[in-house]
Amino acid sequence: MEMPMRLKAGATGAALLAMACLALPAVAQEAAPPLAAPKAAAPIAPGQTFNIGVVRQLPEPPPWVAPLQMPPDDLGIAGAQLGLRDNLTSGRFLKLDYKLTSETVPTEGDPLAAAQKLVEAGNRFILLDVPPDQLLRIADALKDTDTILVNVGATDDRLRQQDCRANVFHIAPSRAMLTDALAQFLISKRWRNWFLMVGRTDNDKLYADAVRHSATKFGAKIVAEKTWDYGPDARATAQSEVPRGTQVGEYDMLIVADELGEFGDILPYNTWLSRPIAGTQGLMPLSWHPTMENWGASQLQSRFFKQSGRLMQPLDFQMWEGVFAIGSAGLKTRSSDPAKVRAQMLSPDYDLPVFKGVAASFRPWDHQLRQPILLTHATNTVTLSPQQGFLHQVTPLDTLGVDKPETLCKFQ
Amino acid sequence: MKRQTLLSASLAALAGLAVADALPAQASPRAFVSNERDHTMSVVDMESLKVLQTVKTGRRPRGITASPDGKLIYVCASDDNRVEVYDAATLKLVKTLRSGPDPELFVLHPSGNPLYIANEDDNMVTVVNVENNDLIAEIPVGVEPEGMGISPDGKYMVNTSETTNMAHVVDTATNEIIENILVDSRPRIAEFSKDGKQLWVSSEVGGTVAVIDPATWKIVKKISFKIPGVNNDAIQPVGVRITKDGSKAFIALGPANRVAVVNTKTLEVEKYLLVGQRVWQLGFTPDEKFLVSTNGNSNDVSIIDVASEKVTKSVPVGRAPWGVVIVP
Repeated sequence: MEMPMRLKAGATGAALLAMACLALPAVAQEAAPPLAAPKAAAPIAPGQTFNIGVVRQLPEPPPWVAPLQMPPDDLGIAGAQLGLRDNLTSGRFLKLDYKLTSETVPTEGDPLAAAQKLVEAGNRFILLDVPPDQLLRIADALKDTDTILVNVGATDDRLRQQDCRANVFHIAPSRAMLTDALAQFLISKRWRNWFLMVGRTDNDKLYADAVRHSATKFGAKIVAEKTWDYGPDARATAQSEVPRGTQVGEYDMLIVADELGEFGDILPYNTWLSRPIAGTQGLMPLSWHPTMENWGASQLQSRFFKQSGRLMQPLDFQMWEGVFAIGSAGLKTRSSDPAKVRAQMLSPDYDLPVFKGVAASFRPWDHQLRQPILLTHATNTVTLSPQQGFLHQVTPLDTLGVDKPETLCKFQ
Repeated sequence: MKRQTLLSASLAALAGLAVADALPAQASPRAFVSNERDHTMSVVDMESLKVLQTVKTGRRPRGITASPDGKLIYVCASDDNRVEVYDAATLKLVKTLRSGPDPELFVLHPSGNPLYIANEDDNMVTVVNVENNDLIAEIPVGVEPEGMGISPDGKYMVNTSETTNMAHVVDTATNEIIENILVDSRPRIAEFSKDGKQLWVSSEVGGTVAVIDPATWKIVKKISFKIPGVNNDAIQPVGVRITKDGSKAFIALGPANRVAVVNTKTLEVEKYLLVGQRVWQLGFTPDEKFLVSTNGNSNDVSIIDVASEKVTKSVPVGRAPWGVVIVP
C-alpha cells in the first residue's frame, strides 16, 4: 500500500519539477545531495552562486568519553550539509545556487592552510570551528581577500572583545552568553548561592570567569569554589572522592566548569549535600539540544535525523545556522557578492528564524549572533533564556553576553 | 492495570459515540477545535458555549477545515500522516485520506474538491481528490510548507514556507508555481479577502502581515504591531481572518495574547483584543457574529463578538488547541 504510493509520488514530483522548470542546478560535490536529481540545469550566473567552505579542526580528545556522548564523525559538518539543502530548496525559486566544501583538519594540523585552500578555490564564505588562536591567524591572513568568516565553534569571549575582527561573524554563543542564560534562570528560581567547581584546563578557567561575571551581573553569590584535582579519570572512585570534595557548607547549586567532560558527569548523586548541578554538565546552557521541539524545532530535528540518522547536537545546529545565515541574507541580496551579503547580515531588518520563538540577528558592535539560549538536561529542555522580567531597552536578547556599552571590541 | 486502562478507555469511547449519536441533527452552530497535545477535537455549541463532546482523533491534530456544506470536518493528524474526515453531525470518522508526510495545514478548493495539503517535513504540497483519495499532484515548494490559502474563484492556491520565507503562488489549473513572494520570517498563514483583491500573509517571527495585490503579486503594505507593555519579540502574527464584507481583518498575535483588528481599507490596526495565551488560529461563525480564537497555552478558546469587537467569554477545551472551524 505504501510502496506504490511513494513510487507514484516520486514520479509525479519529478515530472512536475521538469514541467515547472524548477530543475535544480548541478551540484558537484557529494556534500549536497538535495531533492530529486537535476534534469536540465539552467545555467546560474556566478554572481548568484554562493560558495561556502567549512574548516573544522578536530579537538583534542578528552581522557575518557561517556559512551552516550561519543562524537560522531560528521559532527558539525552534517549541520552545514542540512543548511545547504535548506538553502537550495529556498534558493531555487530565485535562481540562486549554493555549494559546500568541507575540510577536516587533524588536531595537530594547520587549519590556516585549509582555509587558504578554500579561498583559492573561490569560497567567499567560510565557517570555522577552530581554536581561538587559529581563528585569529586565519582572520588576519585572509583580511584582504573579501571573505566572510563565520565562527561556529569558539566560545571565547576575547574573540568578541579585545581580539574581535571585522571579517568575522560569531554564530557560536560566547561563554558570557551561556553563563548569563544560566544565571538568569537560577536567579528567577532564587537559587542564588553557588558552589563553583572548576576543572584543570585553561578553557575551564575561562568558563569559571564567565560564571563569576554572570553571578556579579545578576546578583548571585559564589559561596565556595574548588578546583577539580582528583586526576583525569575518577569514575571508579567517585563515590568516595566526590562526597569528600564537596563538603563546603551550605549552597543552593553546584556550578561545574568542565568543558572537556572530565568529571562533571560523575558529580550528580555523589555530592555531600543533595543539591542540583548546572554548568557544563547537569542543567546546561546550550545553543541547541535534541530535546528542543517548540517553535518548529521538531521539524528541523526531524529533517536532520532523516538526513544523518542521528540527533542534532549544538555544533550541528551552529553550522546549520552559519550556512542558513548566509543563505537568508542571499535571498534578499540575490547576489553572492560578500560586501552585499555582509551589509545585509548587519542591516537592522535582518532577522534569522532559528526555531526559538524570536528572531536572531547580529550585534553590530561585535558581530555576535544574538539568540535565545536553551537550558537543558540530558532528557529535557527546561526553559529558554532570556527569562521573563530581565528587561532591556532594545531587546531582551541583549541581556545575554556583552552589551554595547560594555564592549571592548574596536573593529579597524 | 494496563488492561483496565484500555478497557475504561474503550468504554469511554463507546459512551462518547453513544452521546454523539444522540446529538440533535440540527442544532446551533458548532465549533470544532483541534487539540494538538491531547489528540482530540473539542466540539463546542456556539449558543450555550458548552463543550458538547470531545472526540478522539489521530495523533497531533492541527489543521482543521470543513466541506463547503459544513457536513464534513477534515483534520490533519500530523503524526499519523493522514487526513481524517469526520461526519459533522454524528462525529464519526467517515474515512481517512492520504496526506503525504507530516500534514500540518490544508485548504479545500472552494468547490469542495480537491484538498491541498502542506507537508511540513517534506517541502511539498500534496493535492488529493477527496472523493476517491487519488493523488492528483505533488508540488515542490520551499522549506517547511505551512500556510495554505486559496483564491475565492479557486484559480490560485498560495502556500507559505516557514523557513524559505516565501509565499508560493500556484496556478490550480496546472499545479505549477507561477510566483514566489519573499515575505518576513516564518510565514504562517495565507488568506484571501472574499473579493479576491487582497492576499494577506502573516509572518510569525518577522512580526508583520504582508498585504499583497493578487493582480501583480506585489506587497502593498506590511502591517506591523505595537502594543504598550508587550515586548515586540512577543508579537507573532499567525491566524488571519477577514470578514465577508471585506471591512475588517482579525489577526492572532501568538504570545502577545492579543487579536488585532485591522481596517482593510486603511490597513491600520484599530484595536487589540486581549484573549487567552499564545493565540494561534481564528474562525468565524457562519453568520460572522462571533469569532473564535484558539489559545494554545491556556487550553481554551476565546469568543469574540465581531460587531462590538469585545471578548465575551472563554471556553476551556483540550490541551494546546490549534485550529478551529465552525459549521452551521
